Amino acid sequence: MSKYFMLQDQQKCIGCHSCEIACKTNKGLPAGTRPCQVIQVGPKFFNGRPRASFIFMPCFHCENPWCVSACPTGAMQRREKDGIVFVDHNLCVGCKTCISACPWGAPQWNPEIGKVVKCDYCMDRIDAGLRPACVTVCTTHCLSFGETETMPVVKRDRYARAMASTKGAAHLE
Amino acid sequence: MEKEVYSLCFMCSVRCPIRVLVKDGQVKWIEGNPQVAGMEGSLCPRGSAGISLLYDDQRVKSPMIRVGERGSGHWRKASWDEALDYVGDKLKDIIEKHGGHSVVLGERTQLATHVSKTFLKAIKSPNHFTHDALCKGSVNTACRSLFGYTDAQMSMDYKNTKHIVMYGRNLFEALEVKPVNNLMVALEKGAKLTYIDPRVTITATKANRYWMIRPGTDLALNYALIHVILKERLYDAAYVDRWVQGMPELQDFIHPYTPEWAEKETGIAANGIVDLARELSQDKPSVIFHFGYRGANHPNEIYMRRSVMILNSLMGSMEAPGGYFFKKGPGEEGGKPARKLTEQEFPKIEVPRFDKVGTPDFPLPDPNHGVGQMLPRAILDEDPYPIKALIAYRFDPLMSIPDTSLTKKALDKLDLVVAIDINYSDIAWYSDVILPESTYLERTDSIQQANGLKPQMFLRKQAVEPRYDTRDGAVILKQIGERLGIGNYFPFENMDELVAWQLEGTGFTMEDFAEKGFVAYGKKQIFWDRKTGIKFKTPSGKIEFKSSLLEDAGFESFPAYEPMPSPPDGQFRLVVGRNALHTHCSTQNNPYLNELCSENELWINEKKAEKLGIGNGDMVEVKSNKGSGKIVAKVTELIHPESVFMFHGFGHEAEKAARSYKKGINDALLMDNISDMIGGSPAMHETFVTVKPV
Ligand code: SF4
Ligand code: SF4
Ligand code: SF4
Ligand code: SF4
Repeated sequence: MSKYFMLQDQQKCIGCHSCEIACKTNKGLPAGTRPCQVIQVGPKFFNGRPRASFIFMPCFHCENPWCVSACPTGAMQRREKDGIVFVDHNLCVGCKTCISACPWGAPQWNPEIGKVVKCDYCMDRIDAGLRPACVTVCTTHCLSFGETETMPVVKRDRYARAMASTKGAAHLE
Repeated sequence: MEKEVYSLCFMCSVRCPIRVLVKDGQVKWIEGNPQVAGMEGSLCPRGSAGISLLYDDQRVKSPMIRVGERGSGHWRKASWDEALDYVGDKLKDIIEKHGGHSVVLGERTQLATHVSKTFLKAIKSPNHFTHDALCKGSVNTACRSLFGYTDAQMSMDYKNTKHIVMYGRNLFEALEVKPVNNLMVALEKGAKLTYIDPRVTITATKANRYWMIRPGTDLALNYALIHVILKERLYDAAYVDRWVQGMPELQDFIHPYTPEWAEKETGIAANGIVDLARELSQDKPSVIFHFGYRGANHPNEIYMRRSVMILNSLMGSMEAPGGYFFKKGPGEEGGKPARKLTEQEFPKIEVPRFDKVGTPDFPLPDPNHGVGQMLPRAILDEDPYPIKALIAYRFDPLMSIPDTSLTKKALDKLDLVVAIDINYSDIAWYSDVILPESTYLERTDSIQQANGLKPQMFLRKQAVEPRYDTRDGAVILKQIGERLGIGNYFPFENMDELVAWQLEGTGFTMEDFAEKGFVAYGKKQIFWDRKTGIKFKTPSGKIEFKSSLLEDAGFESFPAYEPMPSPPDGQFRLVVGRNALHTHCSTQNNPYLNELCSENELWINEKKAEKLGIGNGDMVEVKSNKGSGKIVAKVTELIHPESVFMFHGFGHEAEKAARSYKKGINDALLMDNISDMIGGSPAMHETFVTVKPV
């Protein structure tokens, strides 16, 4: 894994796809090329209440990336200093091997340049001290990004507060 | 060369503050203004797709003059001088023969609205209208009947609410960035969300309580809630004593509308209604019954919207933290608002409006907005007088006014149709001349007077030069005006000069906006004192449950409830709405937004679909007494069996907008053009349709 995390707080995600569009805008991509995607599951009724999940799928920046091993030219590579997996367009010959190698279909074909593009955690932006495009623009701020040690504990926080306000309060009565 | 520009998004009318990065004359990045609370970088998907609009090569790139039949799509490119002369000559002729009032201008309310109003006033036409009535005319009238303020003069304190109730206000899908984030904060703090809609939306999936109500019966639900609240004295008694006029009348009226009665009408369990009333009462006054965004469903719309606001009033939530507040203007801080061109002196206008708003025929809708859906009949019947020309300014009557065939027939009767638009909208395609407007990234606009808890002003500032041969809307109107001899009403050569003129006397200059994109008159949030200081603008100075506005005009404050009929066997009530990816009918051709959502589907309940032999993904024909079309069926448990649903804004007919051309159906094609004749909204959920496999 890279030394970064990308977290999505599902409870706040509204499946609006703004993150996807920001990603494409930042990279200037044509229709059809989608380095990240939000997959909606549901709505379905659970105990009479409709619920849906929205799963944010960028590249996972794997520890032993299939895409890198598969790439014949060395274009697909893992950045030494932080483990970001990215594609060097000077070396990419457009053979698409990485696209089939990745179990999640994360690398994308860009027909305009005849090469592969993929989520690179917006490394130009993070090198400039900014957050990735998707994280910056996300409508509800449900995406967060950072170095692993600073990972927020949203879910535990929320759980603790829920306990305190319901069960906790009941207990006090 | 790199620069940052603070400006305002205009992918929809919400106008979120943005920060734009420009490199070598190209827009490289747009994000929500990081210095504005609730934005902090965020943009909705449409806002994110702003650059995609800027570089869209299918928008209107130069003035166009029609050469074939109307709607035939045969155009020739024209220079600005030629196109403006063409429009000027035609208008001059029409005004000489038929008077200035034979010219109508319709637009989506926007920052340059004061310029369009000035244009019409100067030619002695009362016929300016905005899309507002089509969206929420009855909400406006309902609010004036109770508080003396329009809906636009109040807002909600989402961030501090403890319980919000929304009737089809699909807030997490029909997006405004700040409210979305503020409500998220409240939910995170434990606020409750009750969502009522015949269809499961994304908002429903975030709700603590979701009710699939029988379509069209929200009013019955509200009457039952009021019934319980009065019977169990769950209201804010001190607030109601001080501020409400008409409690005894409401008491008498509400008597028969029990939860058990409402259960039969709405399909919602009586004990659920009682529970909701009790729960809300515990959180008062920090509760919000949302008055809706589009309030245009049924002919009795005004009474539905009044019932919502009566509930808020009973909870004491008007002017309460976590409830509603009235927007405070610069005057509250001893400041002055930006000037508007409409403050000039104009010749007197003697004739009524085309829609008769303000006459005994149609007394109550807001004349500041008019009632746009009256236009087709006014043209066809020449009642109150012949209308000869329409200027459609980023407003599409063919998609926004119910019954497209009727609207087309009316347009056919006009001598001149001019479209001021960015895209090849359907009305642009059906016009005689298209005057292309620059996108929001390519132009400076008039000042936004942002009244609220803290009065502020925002500025939309040009980020880049126009990419094509397009101009600012306000400048286009001025240049037509010059050809009609009314140029003196437009004391500016360009937008910077207009903004400077607007700012005179406010103590601010354009440079003051450079750093953050806005200026504030004061620092603190202003709430009036809820015990003594709420400045209701009704004649009584109170909240008028018993409304002088209504009763003086001959309408009842509390008419008896009329049951909402179920559709006849084999038919469905057509219900329409929005999703996160499109703004009304204006973004379907945007490359990025179109990629994610290119056509609409017909949602139909799975049990009904099975009976009709319709499978998910099948092509079906949907038909009303006004029109029909083919659309893909989405078979689902997520919609009430009495209704079918489609997203608004699809089925475009402009060939040059190729991505959206003939994709899906235009809902207006199916709808009947009928209205709430008290409040002013069209009744968009009054159409029954049949659905059959093809
Ligand atoms: S592209 Fe696929 S295989 Fe390569 S790092 Fe990303 S997720 Fe792993
Ligand atoms: S981190 Fe950057 S490249 Fe990766 S999905 Fe987000 S915006 Fe796209
Ligand atoms: S922008 Fe944010 S809220 Fe919208 S889909 Fe992406 S992650 Fe979810
Ligand atoms: S809600 Fe979206 S489209 Fe509308 S102004 Fe805000 S960012 Fe732009």
